[in-house]
Amino acid sequence: MKIAQSHGGSGKQARSVIDGLEADVVTLALAYDIDAIAEHAGLLPADWQGRLPNNSSPYTSTIVFLVRKGNPQHIKDWDDLVKPGVAVITPNPKTSGGARWNYLAAWAYADAKFGHDEKQTRAFMTALFKNVPVLDSGARGATTSFVQRGLGDVLLAWENEALMAEQSFGKDDFQIVRPSLSILTEPPVAVIDKVVDRHKTRAEAEEYLKHLYSPEAQELAAKHFYRPTDPAVAAKVKDRFPAMTLVNIADLGGWQKAQQTHFTDGAIFDQIMGAARQ
Amino acid sequence: MFAAALIVLVPISALFLRSAGLTWDQFIAAAFSPRVMASYRLSFGGALIAAVFNVIAGLIVAWVLVRYDFPFRKLVDALVDLPFALPTAVAGVALTALYAPKGVLGKALLSIGIKAAFTPLGVVLAMIFIGLPFVVRTVQPVLQDLEDEHEEAAVSLGADRWQVFTYVILPSILPALVTGFALAFARALGEYGSVIFIAGNMPGVSEIAPLMIVTKLEQYDYAGASAIATVMLVAAFAMLLVINSAQKWHQTRLAGR
Repeated sequence: MKIAQSHGGSGKQARSVIDGLEADVVTLALAYDIDAIAEHAGLLPADWQGRLPNNSSPYTSTIVFLVRKGNPQHIKDWDDLVKPGVAVITPNPKTSGGARWNYLAAWAYADAKFGHDEKQTRAFMTALFKNVPVLDSGARGATTSFVQRGLGDVLLAWENEALMAEQSFGKDDFQIVRPSLSILTEPPVAVIDKVVDRHKTRAEAEEYLKHLYSPEAQELAAKHFYRPTDPAVAAKVKDRFPAMTLVNIADLGGWQKAQQTHFTDGAIFDQIMGAARQ
Repeated sequence: MFAAALIVLVPISALFLRSAGLTWDQFIAAAFSPRVMASYRLSFGGALIAAVFNVIAGLIVAWVLVRYDFPFRKLVDALVDLPFALPTAVAGVALTALYAPKGVLGKALLSIGIKAAFTPLGVVLAMIFIGLPFVVRTVQPVLQDLEDEHEEAAVSLGADRWQVFTYVILPSILPALVTGFALAFARALGEYGSVIFIAGNMPGVSEIAPLMIVTKLEQYDYAGASAIATVMLVAAFAMLLVINSAQKWHQTRLAGR
């Protein structure tokens, strides 16, 4: 069995599989991209996500803020991001699967804050994206803009990326701020049925994914700053991952609905960007 | 010849087939929405400006390399090819670092009130960077092959330096300049990697057309992406056709004299 790593964006990888790249297993940033493999290529059943525990996500993360040392703009929560003069760095959710989580975390916060009043939630999102000076096409580009270009006051990032940035660039430069409400990001894994059956590798592929839930793999995930789902491992590393109030994608109606409502052409994100430019 | 034609034509016909799945209205909606139109304006307009700039700058560079001897001339000559050799993403990251508000050039430009990175200007700067070698490398050999006798003859007949340039040199290098222009234009139009980091990608302002294709693909909208690609292909082909026929016409006119 050969493991080929690709660090391209989640959507790009899903398209490779749809177009015939013979992957036995995929591990992507969001379930929507694996849904797309099921829908467009029929390589696995549509209900793939129920086959493994925790929505097929062996480890999880969440969306946090990375701010500059000393937090000069006093950013504590989402409300501080819509203030005039605060520059927010987040990639374009239309080209970056990971950034869709950033957007939805902000949406979930506003939705809760305004008691599901969509008009006020949209106004909040418009104010937020008015503060976004650059829409990088991927998460790595956004991190580079913030860390190396010195652009912006706050970077919306996956917690694991933020912890890694904090570790590799030193706590002297950046610190993490955890908002009062965020979203549980679930990067899912799946066996591609039609490919493993052709390759006769189903046993190995399934074993590999099952192993991701084992204590050793869970500790490894924690070491790389993902939140483990195994309760025993999670208890051991709870200092590193403070408890947070998290909504999940099901609370927002699932990926298919979120994609339709927010990210297809002409949907809410495009409308917000239109309004933010005026 | 046949195999080469297949390698080029099969992908292009696949592109048309993909977009053929759309109805006419869907095609219009995908390929001519206001946001996509704005991206065409930036991509075609930016590529045009960059190519015009490169024709002038490229001619000067080629001229200096051929006509003058100076220290490190070989090194400068080799440096011209750098944008060819550099992986496009590397070029993009380097240009962004340079022109960002904190970067060396970005800071200087900002002090006189010009924002370069993350604006359409940044896009044009990146397009200039990648296009310059095309003009230099097409014009340079032609300049090298120009025979001194022609210029000497012109001078002996009483032409001043400007007349020598416009009546003797320019007609000889014009076809090469036009080819260089077309190549630089085509490269700038299709460029993704080196432009995407500096563009800023704000909808309707600094989104290039190739990004609109990627955006559609990211939504698994293959047909919509092909529709935009088809428009770009047809427009680029039309422009190159005009350039080529102009060149043909120019050549026959020269031959007929």
